Amino acid sequence: MTGTMNPSEVGVSIRTVTISIDDVDVKVPEGGTVLDGCKAAGIDTPTLCYSENLTPVNVCRVCVVELEGSRTLIPSCSRPAEEGMVIHTDSGRVRHSRKMVLEFLGSGVDLSQADDMNSWSEHYGADPDRYGPAAEKINEEVKIQDDLYIRDYDKCVLCYKCVEACGDDAQHTFAISVSGRGFAARISTEFDIALPDSACVYCGNCVAVCPTNALQFKTEWDLREAANWKPEEQTVTTTVCSYCGVGCNLEMHVQDNTIVKVTSPNDHSVTNGNLCIKGRFGWQYVQPTITTR
Amino acid sequence: MVGLATVLGAGGGTSSYQEIEETDVILLWGSNAREAHPIFFHHLLKGIDNGATMYAVDPRRTSSAKFADVWLGLEVGSDVALANTVAREIIAADLHNKDFVAHSTRGFDRLKEAVEPYTLERGSELTGVPAEAIREMAHAYATAETAQILWTLGITEHHNAVDNVLALCNLALLTGHVGCWGSGLVPLRGQNNVQGGGDMGSLPDQLPGFQKVNDDVARAKFEAVYGVELNPNPGIHLTLMFEAMERGEMKAVYVIGENPADSEADIHHARKMLEGLDLLVVQDIFMTRTAEMADVVLPAAIGWVESNGTVTSSERRVQRVRAAVTPPGEARDDIQIIFDIAARMGHDWGTPDAEQLWDELRTLSPMHAGMSWDRLESEGGLQWPCPNMDHPGSPFLHSWLWADDLEGREPAPFSALVHQGPKEQLSEKFPLRLTTGRALDSYNTGVQSGGYNSPIRYGDALDMNPADATSMGIQDGEKVQVSSARGTVEMAVRYQPDIPEGLTFTTFHFPELVDVNVMTSDAWDKRSGTAEFKAASIRVDKLKAVAL
Amino acid sequence: MADLKFTDAVASSGERAAVEAVLGDERALVFEHPRLVRGGTRRRHRLRHMLLPALHALQNEAGWISKGGLNYVCEELQVPPAEAYGVASFYEMFRVDAAPNHDGPVTHVCIDGPCRAGSTEAIATVKAAGGHVHESPCLGQCERPTAVFIQGRRGPDMVAADADPFIRPQQDGTGLRLLQRLGVVDPNSLDSYREHGGYVALTKAITMGPDAVLAELSDSGLSGRGGAAFPTGFKWSAVRDAEGDTKHVVANCDESEPGTFKDRTIMENDPFSLIEAMTIAAVTTGSENGWIYIRGEYPLATARIENAIDQARSAGLLGDDVAGSGMTFDIEVRRGAGAYICGEETALFNSIEGFRGEPRNKPPFPTTHGLFNQPTAINNPETLLNVLPIVLEGAQDYRCIGTEGSPGTRLFCLSGAVSTPGTYEMPFGTTLRELLTLAGGVTGELQAVLLGGAAGSFVTAASLDMPLTLEDTRAAGTTLGSGVVMVFDTATDLTDMCTRIAEFFKNESCGQCVPCRVGAVRQHEMMVDLRSKNGVGLAPDKRQLHADMNSAMADASICGLGHTAGSAVASALALGLIGESS
Repeated sequence: MTGTMNPSEVGVSIRTVTISIDDVDVKVPEGGTVLDGCKAAGIDTPTLCYSENLTPVNVCRVCVVELEGSRTLIPSCSRPAEEGMVIHTDSGRVRHSRKMVLEFLGSGVDLSQADDMNSWSEHYGADPDRYGPAAEKINEEVKIQDDLYIRDYDKCVLCYKCVEACGDDAQHTFAISVSGRGFAARISTEFDIALPDSACVYCGNCVAVCPTNALQFKTEWDLREAANWKPEEQTVTTTVCSYCGVGCNLEMHVQDNTIVKVTSPNDHSVTNGNLCIKGRFGWQYVQPTITTR
Repeated sequence: MVGLATVLGAGGGTSSYQEIEETDVILLWGSNAREAHPIFFHHLLKGIDNGATMYAVDPRRTSSAKFADVWLGLEVGSDVALANTVAREIIAADLHNKDFVAHSTRGFDRLKEAVEPYTLERGSELTGVPAEAIREMAHAYATAETAQILWTLGITEHHNAVDNVLALCNLALLTGHVGCWGSGLVPLRGQNNVQGGGDMGSLPDQLPGFQKVNDDVARAKFEAVYGVELNPNPGIHLTLMFEAMERGEMKAVYVIGENPADSEADIHHARKMLEGLDLLVVQDIFMTRTAEMADVVLPAAIGWVESNGTVTSSERRVQRVRAAVTPPGEARDDIQIIFDIAARMGHDWGTPDAEQLWDELRTLSPMHAGMSWDRLESEGGLQWPCPNMDHPGSPFLHSWLWADDLEGREPAPFSALVHQGPKEQLSEKFPLRLTTGRALDSYNTGVQSGGYNSPIRYGDALDMNPADATSMGIQDGEKVQVSSARGTVEMAVRYQPDIPEGLTFTTFHFPELVDVNVMTSDAWDKRSGTAEFKAASIRVDKLKAVAL
Repeated sequence: MADLKFTDAVASSGERAAVEAVLGDERALVFEHPRLVRGGTRRRHRLRHMLLPALHALQNEAGWISKGGLNYVCEELQVPPAEAYGVASFYEMFRVDAAPNHDGPVTHVCIDGPCRAGSTEAIATVKAAGGHVHESPCLGQCERPTAVFIQGRRGPDMVAADADPFIRPQQDGTGLRLLQRLGVVDPNSLDSYREHGGYVALTKAITMGPDAVLAELSDSGLSGRGGAAFPTGFKWSAVRDAEGDTKHVVANCDESEPGTFKDRTIMENDPFSLIEAMTIAAVTTGSENGWIYIRGEYPLATARIENAIDQARSAGLLGDDVAGSGMTFDIEVRRGAGAYICGEETALFNSIEGFRGEPRNKPPFPTTHGLFNQPTAINNPETLLNVLPIVLEGAQDYRCIGTEGSPGTRLFCLSGAVSTPGTYEMPFGTTLRELLTLAGGVTGELQAVLLGGAAGSFVTAASLDMPLTLEDTRAAGTTLGSGVVMVFDTATDLTDMCTRIAEFFKNESCGQCVPCRVGAVRQHEMMVDLRSKNGVGLAPDKRQLHADMNSAMADASICGLGHTAGSAVASALALGLIGESS
């Protein structure tokens, strides 16, 4: 008589495939992606819509690489590595497409708080200004509809991460979706109703995955508005949430002995980077300004 | 915890969160995890996405139940009847795991006899759930390759809480759905360290690591390290303490991080008892209602964000908490306060250090022995038991049930149980059932969660089926008088089609708005000490009718 | 599966009735008893594909997707309102911004290609008569400009110029394989179809068995006629070999490439042939589920296909025992709602499934992960129709026509400046000059021909002797695409035409990937700028910019739409048709 064993105790050996990346053979675990291979090879790859805790949607196209034999470039984040693939990550075609993607984004989106993108834009020589001042921008009002977070869609690159986090990659609430089409596509509730009227449960998992600060905690927004957001002075301490017995790891971002933001590590087996409204926002009582102690 | 410990010898959830992602059948029983344990529910949702079938057993069609394939809305307090019916059906359909039952359990015949009266028809009568659905759930659970039963306060906040847990244990033992990967019995803990409190011996009869105070060998080990003699007699739990206060036997109470003046089921009585004490010391991070009644208040640092230490989660994962901010004013770490009190009593324990204390614990509690501070840091926590530094921790418990020799243990016992129903019967005077629970954005009595502006908070209201409300001429949102045998409060009614007729529901997060616990029952379970928050009998009256 | 929350908006009784009529009995939640409710993910997933039909019902009833109507549909299907709104707002034919201020139908007037010249007048005419106008991209009626489609209100949709009786341009029928029955057979009659040789191929295919059919198909060298030219035999074999009990055969009738109308011609005039060919695909690949996805602007084709399915089912040619074969196969029809991108096969799957019509990344391919993520053979009608002669005549005879690299015939959609526009069937290898002559010759002086539609490229008189084969067009850097041959005389303002093509891509990009979403906008801005300068004097740096954009769109976009969004403009620039210094 036997019960089912923990797979980790059975000792399954992990099979690998070998692919060539920039003329170096790289082993990737079976089921892994070309991006995993790039990481293993120590090649830094720009990504925008990719996150280790979300299913790759490969929409931003900034991680494209050249696969020999393929008519078009392929997204490294989602393409499974296959034995014998020959990949180039720094060919002229790759550099050109990455540059153009960054340039396209820069020409229509406010990337002022997307530090990563800006350094990649510099790296690839993207010049968003060559589309001229008349180039159409997103042009949306900042949505401030509650005390927990804001939505500044001028900064939105439509990476779908928030939609995924709200949907079946984590939260399964589906309060937001992509609406409309083409350049007019927006992240939106139904009929763009205010967030508090929507199904939103304010877990903030959308904010946590936003790569450009289009979604921002209200605390951060307020401090930035007051020119008092100082990331270089902030400490980040990992602890455990007190609101139930699940044991979610919290990263407390603290500035001047004041909590300014709460996140969770993507690689923790309990949360995978996700939290609920209490863990994400329920720390106000800790603040020295309002404690009874 | 008492129920699980009785059957399996350890009061901890048997499974890891990861396992529910891979299980085949999920019975979520008396738990609204979607709101009370949202991140655990993420793991459950992955399980559903991976193909698991989910049954939700709850008097209300909760936000969790809305994710289920089938919702069974049993009558409040009929859990034993339902579980017995399921057990009988499994046996009658010959679906029980006969090898497992023979090898790993005892008392099967007693169980069979005890559940014999609970035919599907009888079960349906007692629970209100159609017989066919009970049959379907029984068959799905029994024939699944792996299956889990999860519960929370819907099982344990009853006067017969231990019976409820034992009844669920019966099902796992009948089918062998415990002790192996993917299957298990999982109580979800309501607070970040309920499990850790138990681990550390914060139970009346226990020392750290679930060692009994009346076990001479165990006690001797602690005495040797602590350098003092320990009381071999089990203490008493909270509910018994209030009875001891009533009898005048308990005159002084030192409360650390509890707010019984708001949180006890019958708070009128609790407050009276606390007022009558000779000495009440409260150590807390808030000036709670209990603290307001205290002779001495010791302001404490917040455990999870102003001090260093560990907590243990519902999957028995011991994890580090760390100070991220400095506590304000005179607030200090709980350990520091306790060290100072010891010093005033003439014992110099030195300067407290969380890691040092943890290492002392590791020498005394074998299940924690392998959990060094460094490992807890680098491995994202460890699941007990973890007896040595080479041990990876234990994702699930009780694999001994499947060992040829049971690793020298006694087979796990079945329990013969009888349906009792709630202590408070419905009556002509109090014809409605009241049950209580949590809302997503709020927590317990609201002292912490009240600190932020939740856009989805709607405050306490009495949820009623619209048919009940309209039959009494009550509008949606109308303020009414709600009374039980213990007291009366005013609150607004909210139409809620997701609860059956005859049932009402409210949260208990806003005592400053509505003293819900004025109404809840004072019945409690003698073995676990848990009170019956989940089943009171009430009446609802329109305000103007009262004015007459 | 989601946290569903609804606003207070309530559907009208008309909206409820319209939705109920579409949904039938099944619902995502079953309230079996006050203490027993059945729901769950599987049930919701199973019903999600009813979302698009339900939205059609709402639009037809109320003239828009109202908040209350959306709530009602979402409750019945347990679809999150935000997602349903995302779906509704994706389609041209659904209005989501506000209720219409009138109760009547809406007249869609085509502003693309050959219809462009007359569109202003057509719009004015409709308005003068008190009608309501929606300017539309190509309506797939390019042979009869200016095309008009009437979107009904509490009544059926209609194409204005009914094509009955159909007159085939190649009237004597010599050498026609695919169009042989058009204009001859009664499209509403199964008996008539049988009298003209219908269902002989299915009977033969069943007798031959799948392996023999696949062998013939493979030997025939048949490749997809949608543009990608993938070998059909290979595709079907892959579906047959794919693991899984549930497989699908899908006919991609979302014919939306500007300048294309051949599939409509087939469906309107010989619908049974499509049903028969799909049934052969089903028995060959082992698929029990058939789907025909027809673009929403084709109401007549839809009606005739639905009628043909009903008759075939009544005759035992669809259903539990197809033509006595013991095999099960039936077909459901789905109407698109105005989205060019849904012609991309994976976008089409998403559209049927009730999601936004966004293309999926490939691999995995439809043969293993198609509709509902299950193995799927998807072909367009022209490709499917080729299966009939292949089964009947065998691969050997089939290959007698066409070239080695492009066997068989090809349907060409001739429109614009030719005497007799229409759908023509000619062997692969026919030259452009022969084709134009067949259509009665160019009216006026030839300026350029747009081959392959908006996603294709321009050629000039210099290319008139190019044989129209896959290999020759590829070598010439152009494409046959979906068979579009759109002819422009010198009176056409090609700068305006290219600006409109750029606008078309800007409007039709799904918005998912950056190169296409932004590139299409920037290309359009550039063309608007050029048009404002009367189409001359494009600066070298702008020329470079277009080349940069075009290569990035072609290289880094997810799907064919983005890959080809810059190609027509690029070809016009390269040929000096636009942008030259004055």
